[in-house]
Amino acid sequence: MCTSIVEIAAAEGMAKREDEWFPLTHAVVAYDHARHALLADVITLDFVNAGLPPAARAGVELTLESAKALNAALGRAIAAAEIEEAARSQGLERTSVRVPAPASLIAA
Amino acid sequence: MTYRGMTVEEIKINGDKGTPISAYIARPSGPGPFPGVVLVHHLPGWSEIYCEFTRKFAHHGYIAICANLYERDGQGNPDDVAAKVRAEGGVPDAQVVGDTEGAVRWMRAQPGHNGKVGVFGSCSGGRHAFLYACHRKDVDACVELWGGRVVMAKEELNAKTPTSPIELTKTLSCPLLGLFGNEDRAPSPEQVDQHEAELKKHGKTYEFYRYDGAGHGIFYYHRPLYRVEQALDGWNKVFAFFGKHLAK
Repeated sequence: MCTSIVEIAAAEGMAKREDEWFPLTHAVVAYDHARHALLADVITLDFVNAGLPPAARAGVELTLESAKALNAALGRAIAAAEIEEAARSQGLERTSVRVPAPASLIAA
Repeated sequence: MTYRGMTVEEIKINGDKGTPISAYIARPSGPGPFPGVVLVHHLPGWSEIYCEFTRKFAHHGYIAICANLYERDGQGNPDDVAAKVRAEGGVPDAQVVGDTEGAVRWMRAQPGHNGKVGVFGSCSGGRHAFLYACHRKDVDACVELWGGRVVMAKEELNAKTPTSPIELTKTLSCPLLGLFGNEDRAPSPEQVDQHEAELKKHGKTYEFYRYDGAGHGIFYYHRPLYRVEQALDGWNKVFAFFGKHLAK
């Protein structure tokens, strides 16, 4: 394979390489022949920083099945996180209503 | 004839638009004259196996050079540099042609060179080797190993790859050798059929060999893609082809 299957997404966060964490700018997903895994074609995930030297990269190579499982796990985690975020957002609103203003502010 | 003695160096050459880029060279011992091979590396970058291929050509009596087409994207582990290139959407075809032209120019200036130059590449490098032989008239033979995306759909074209290489077949300037695996999907056997039909249509001199039981990357002995019988036969075909077209 020598495919053009490459998806590039902006990414905010950090990734670790050896003992060093670096900030991210992009996540790159590709499907092509493996460079390291002893497999034929793999899903490659690269977390990179375009503004840093090439060593600022955390990469993985996964079988298609592993990538699907990861994708499903990500989907479940993101869905749960969105429920959590929604509840937190509602909770904060209620909290802001319930908390009485400090007496000093009322007096002012 | 083989040459166990050789000189290997990393040098700088003038690439596209005169930009200095690194190149790995191997030169057989002896006065020559030797034919030359310009290697166009694959998508995994200016990697160890391409240095090995460069030395292999020297072992077989060719002055060989492999330029670092990813020089502008930084230094480091070739795999990391290649990932950075991928994150940026690849390198422009025009820049690869310019860099390869610099390597051909370097070759033609070498003492002990016989005046003949072949261009060789696999994977994306196979595509680029073919592209080069269509854009320029200064090479005498082209070896394209399983070049993916020689046939490109309109939606795949962009500013860096503005033309599907197959559209340039008419201007192919030298004989072409193509090796392909029938289990490959990029290029697929159907795409290789199209590639061959276009060569026939324009009356080009070519030899295509299509191996059963093999997919992509037949020569990469460090990958599960390696196919020993097809690789040995393929290397024989490469040396026979260059032997025929690069002798003086």
